[in-house]
Amino acid sequence: MMNNSILSLSIWTPILSGFLLLIFSKYISGKLTKSLPLFGGLISFFITVPLYQKFDLTSPHFQLQEFYHWIPLFNINYHLGVDGFSVPLILLTSLMTLIVIIFSNQSIKKNLLHYHAAFLIMSGLMIGVFSSLDAILYYVFWEAMLIPMFLIIGIWGGPNRVYATIKFFLYTVLGSLLMLVSFIYLYNVTGGFSVYDFYDAPLSLPVQLFIFFAFFMAFAVKIPMWPLHTWLPDAHVEAPTGGSVILAAIMLKLGGYSFIRFAMPIAPDATVFLKPILITLSLISIVYIALVALAQKDMKKLIAYSSISHMGFVTLGLFLLTPLGVEGGYIQMISHGFISAALFICVGILYDQMHTREISHYGGVVNKMPLLTAFAVFFAMANSGLPGTSGFVGEFMVIMAAAKENLLVASIASLTLIFGAAYSLWMIKRVFYGKVIHQSVNKLVDINSTQFFILSVLLFLTLALGIYPKFVSNLSNVSVEQFIQYMSVSKLPII
Amino acid sequence: MIDIGSHLLVILPELIIAIMAMVVLLVDLYIKDSDRSFIYSLTQLSLLAAGIVTAGFGFQESRLAFNDMFVSDSLSLYLKSLSYVSLSIALIYSRNYLKQKKLWTGEFLSLTLFSLLGIMLMISSHHLLVIYMGLELLSLCLYSLVALHRDNLKASEAAIKYFILGALASGLLLYGMSMLYGFSGSLDISVIASSIAQNNIEPSLLIFGLVFIVVGIAFKLGAVPFHMWVPDVYQGAPLPVTMLISSVPKFAAVGMAVRLLYIGLDDISSDWQQMLLIMALLSMAIGNITAIAQTNIKRMLAYSTISHVGFILLGFMSGSINGVGSVLFYVACYVLMTLAAFGLLIAISTKDSDIELIDDLKGLNSRNSWAAGVLMITMLSMAGIPPTVGFYAKFSVLQSALNEGFVWSVVFSVLMALIGIYYYLRIIKIMYFDAPIKKTKIKVPGDMFFILSLNAGALVILGISPKILMSFATLSSFITLQ
Repeated sequence: MMNNSILSLSIWTPILSGFLLLIFSKYISGKLTKSLPLFGGLISFFITVPLYQKFDLTSPHFQLQEFYHWIPLFNINYHLGVDGFSVPLILLTSLMTLIVIIFSNQSIKKNLLHYHAAFLIMSGLMIGVFSSLDAILYYVFWEAMLIPMFLIIGIWGGPNRVYATIKFFLYTVLGSLLMLVSFIYLYNVTGGFSVYDFYDAPLSLPVQLFIFFAFFMAFAVKIPMWPLHTWLPDAHVEAPTGGSVILAAIMLKLGGYSFIRFAMPIAPDATVFLKPILITLSLISIVYIALVALAQKDMKKLIAYSSISHMGFVTLGLFLLTPLGVEGGYIQMISHGFISAALFICVGILYDQMHTREISHYGGVVNKMPLLTAFAVFFAMANSGLPGTSGFVGEFMVIMAAAKENLLVASIASLTLIFGAAYSLWMIKRVFYGKVIHQSVNKLVDINSTQFFILSVLLFLTLALGIYPKFVSNLSNVSVEQFIQYMSVSKLPII
Repeated sequence: MIDIGSHLLVILPELIIAIMAMVVLLVDLYIKDSDRSFIYSLTQLSLLAAGIVTAGFGFQESRLAFNDMFVSDSLSLYLKSLSYVSLSIALIYSRNYLKQKKLWTGEFLSLTLFSLLGIMLMISSHHLLVIYMGLELLSLCLYSLVALHRDNLKASEAAIKYFILGALASGLLLYGMSMLYGFSGSLDISVIASSIAQNNIEPSLLIFGLVFIVVGIAFKLGAVPFHMWVPDVYQGAPLPVTMLISSVPKFAAVGMAVRLLYIGLDDISSDWQQMLLIMALLSMAIGNITAIAQTNIKRMLAYSTISHVGFILLGFMSGSINGVGSVLFYVACYVLMTLAAFGLLIAISTKDSDIELIDDLKGLNSRNSWAAGVLMITMLSMAGIPPTVGFYAKFSVLQSALNEGFVWSVVFSVLMALIGIYYYLRIIKIMYFDAPIKKTKIKVPGDMFFILSLNAGALVILGISPKILMSFATLSSFITLQ
């Protein structure tokens, strides 16, 4: 399996096509500004599809590895590989990028080509994050990814975009710089940057706590966990629809994924030691943020807070440190990728016509947009965890896992089923149903075939994962076991 | 019988530069203003010739000349070759601008060559007097270059300020040197080192002398609290001179610091480590925090330089060969970034209006998207965001400091770097997100376009593959100091 270059192709195809679009942007005009990026997105998507087939479901090891020396002086290598946690996320990334390109072809008017190029480049970088097995390679992708997002929010965003995008960048960098310090620290201990070395390095508890804290700052910002979440509502509200979709569907997952890949297995004893605190923080995210979501007047802000609340389930599942919890948290990540993306697209469609996201400016949309309403109701239901949709599976598994551990935790977590339904459905009621109050609603036009297609794909995936969650859990099963294995072995030096 | 030939061979690059500086000065008297590109080519050629000779030395054992006053080793190979390259780039950037401002004179060229000679002497010195000579030669040239625009009030003010403070710092350094001489009875750096090693010097007196040496180095680097001259001089001097001051002389300061601290005073490293640590942390803090408040882009870059100096000192402070390697790498990256930043400012300055304020960059992307792209890469590199080379520069310094156990200093410097990222991002924000004040397109001359593209490209390419430069830096520190 060595030196099979599918991972490199998945990373570099979108990046390269993005740069080609940028370089030749002067010569591309007319229809080509839409079709060329679409072509790039399609190729990048289809290159990642074989990952699903080539992946060996029974092996707990990293697969499809690629290894080249990069900076021998510091023993930094170009080392790629995937396990069951990365493959679904890589596929999700390339799919979402494709969807964003299709959607933005209709909604973005300004510098469309550059917009697409930024998304393609970002997609490659995110896949790089998901498949790096070398800490510095990972870090390079992780940081580089911020640049296109920074520009996307800053150039194509809403009125308060500059504040939002700088806040987004600084918050993320604060965490990742601390992460870099712990990477270097680990290098000085192990003599390399490979995750294998990191997993095996014995570390004393104070050191583990320090390292975990540094990682926590990086990943908890990204997920985001209360109280490090305040950048997310701003970024979401100001970002263009495509930016919000990628932010919610992929970027938040980077945090969860990185907890699984780095923070927890490298510092298992610290994780166990801090477990009560981490679970408390997750519960606060789940319940408190759900209440905050209830009070929002802006649709995007509401969905953003709902994302934070749902990601609280992810962290809760992970920090329970049981197979069921980790599996549930992981499925919740994938599911939230579909659902939040769909909700942001629904809001984006409304926004493109009405130029407002204030809930109070709407009402009675169903009269003019029955199809969109149908989709929106479905995804709102999924968001509140309706059985049969993917939103149910993850939450249910996490609550089950919590119940085994501690009934109080489980009952607090399950509160969100009530709050989630409340804020999702109340928003639907206020936006889509009721009488038409504002004249501008009367001018709305229902979704066109492209938008219908996009939303149907997401609907199908949401249902598929809800009814047959095995198509993700098959991939992640073995890796979850492996992960639990890592977590159960203490790394404290034997005295 | 001394074999003069072999001694002369060791200082051949210096000889070339010295002779050519005088030739340029003389020839300039006899040519018309319009023919000045001839001596410009002459200057570039002399850089090339010195470069070839220096490269011809290759990595080798250190060779001493003239009663051990002068040394040519791999450290000098590294620093000198980078000095030629960056000076050559700086001259290309300066030409059009100076022509427009009617400052394109023979003095400029010969003064830069003389300052390069000073730099080379400092890098290659093995003797306190040679260090001092080189330093004075460099400083005097820079003082007069700052005042190049002599009708300009600000330039004259900056020159006077620079001169007074610089003279004071030279005085302090000289005082420190005289003390070292008093203790050890020699000005030869390795003799000083061995007499310290024999432990027959009163420690408190030695530290007294050390303080003055460190102050002198800190002043030349522009480290807090000896940084006051930096923003004023940067602001007052014409753009090309600012570029010159902020770039090539840093090689000399680093070279001088390695010679004095790592070779001469290595045995009392625990003493100077503390001083450097405090200055490093202060430089990062004050440099980064003050830069946020600046409205003038030159002053902002000045404070950014101070914060970079903080990182350089952090690498020095670690006291290991590894640390020197990281400093050598950092300073090369820093000079490359600084050249790109100032080069771009020069390129987009028009005949009647210089880029002075940060707001002058507003909406640059819509006026010239290439220029905005170059400046964005430079700013990201200065901020240390991968995949630019600035990341590896910071990375290697942090690694060497962590390796010596300075965890909290590293965390502190990382937080300061975060503050730094804010004002670099603000530049990007202003270029890309704000509406331009003037709508006119900006045209950039062909040669600058080419070299600046290369320069910015190098920041990215070195960021993706820093292997070669990094090994060059590490190797030269190892061979010199092992």
